[in-house]
Amino acid sequence: MSKSTEITSLSYEQAFEELQALINTLESGEKSLDETLKLYQRGQALYQHCQKLLEEAELKIETLDIPE
Amino acid sequence: MSEQLSLFPEPKRSYSIIEINTYLRTLLEGDSLLQDIWVEGEISNLSRPKSGHLYFTLKDSQAAIRCVMWRSQTARLAAIPQDGMAVEVHGSISVYEAAGQYQLYADQIRPAGEGLLYQEFNRLKNKLEAEGLFDPAHKRPIPEMPAVIGVVTSPTGAAIQDILNTLKRRYPLARVVLAPAAVQGDAAPGEIASAIHALNQQIQPDVILVGRGGGSIEDLWAFNQEIVARAIFASDAPVISGVGHEIDFTISDFVADLRAPTPTAAAELAVPDQIELAGILLERRETLQRQIKDRLNEQRWALGQTASRLQQVSPAAQLAAGRQTLDELFRRGERALQHHIKLQQTRLSGLSQQLDSLSPQNVLRRGYAAVSSGGRPVTSLKDIQPGNQIHVQVRDGSFDARVTAKEEKNEQIN
Repeated sequence: MSKSTEITSLSYEQAFEELQALINTLESGEKSLDETLKLYQRGQALYQHCQKLLEEAELKIETLDIPE
Repeated sequence: MSEQLSLFPEPKRSYSIIEINTYLRTLLEGDSLLQDIWVEGEISNLSRPKSGHLYFTLKDSQAAIRCVMWRSQTARLAAIPQDGMAVEVHGSISVYEAAGQYQLYADQIRPAGEGLLYQEFNRLKNKLEAEGLFDPAHKRPIPEMPAVIGVVTSPTGAAIQDILNTLKRRYPLARVVLAPAAVQGDAAPGEIASAIHALNQQIQPDVILVGRGGGSIEDLWAFNQEIVARAIFASDAPVISGVGHEIDFTISDFVADLRAPTPTAAAELAVPDQIELAGILLERRETLQRQIKDRLNEQRWALGQTASRLQQVSPAAQLAAGRQTLDELFRRGERALQHHIKLQQTRLSGLSQQLDSLSPQNVLRRGYAAVSSGGRPVTSLKDIQPGNQIHVQVRDGSFDARVTAKEEKNEQIN
């Protein structure tokens, strides 16, 4: 997942996976303070996005046309 | 009774009824065919008194046989049979001695025709198993959070409502694509297979749910068809089957990547619960906040450490010492300068007194006179001639005079 990816375009699964990966990266403690702060900000944004998706989710249902 | 045979006819011995009936019962129970037998017919005169035992007559167009099923056996029945049902009954045939009635002691009852279906089921199951269609190595993992869920079932059945309600409740983030198919009747197997195929071709869902609600074994039979089994096996997307009730096992269940006991359970297995997700999300956020807090604290501490180390190696102390030395030097320099100036002043005033003592005024004060002529001092006879006008300075003034004579001294003066 590229850092520049627009968060609003991510699915819940993508955003959650990125958040998870980001936490793992922070856990390793290898990043500079500057990068850590940037990751933290992105992590917060990912969290907000996931939260919003959960709150606003409405099951989308469609029916497939099956060729004979 | 062979021991009763004799060359001489004798009046035949009478037997008690119980002796006869017991004899017959022993005969029947010694026959292996009669002790493990399936009998088919229609149920009639069914009664189930308080004892819980089941009494009925099994009949067909030509004959009838009394049947009894003990209460302990009836507990294993999926449903209590009804009059008029065509069934196959398994059990053993023996004699009820008190009534002199032979009857079928039943231990299993199944709908008629099920035996054939069961054989067919086993044949196909063995064949597909031998081909490896049930091999765990072929099972695809079910994604944790599917974005697109394909559903193959009847658009009008109870199953679709159960599935949609479950998905709405648990995971409304998903997009659901229903591929409608008849789930019973002759057309069902082909339609189910086509629907699975069409979903894979057109949608590529993350997971496919295949199933239907409960029904008789005939109702569920489409899910025991080879064409359905092969469509599930060929699906690119992992398939979760949910056919009938917990007790129903179909070939589709064996081929599917995951078997769910019911359509509702299939939907539950396909998606996480949003309430759990929200909880996990909150945990992640706490982790994130803890991480940044820890990191900042760590960083602050490191900065403090570095600052104190910097202080230790700082030139401030040296600078202070240097400044003191410099002050000292400056003060010493100043003192030396003052001393020097004073000395010079002393010498200067000495010189000044010396100079004063040498001034002509002082000489005049001591009673001498200074003579000049034409503005030039007269210090020798050569400077004047008799008759010259001279100017004479004395202590308290001056006067003019005229030279009248010159008298040379004997000794030479410079």
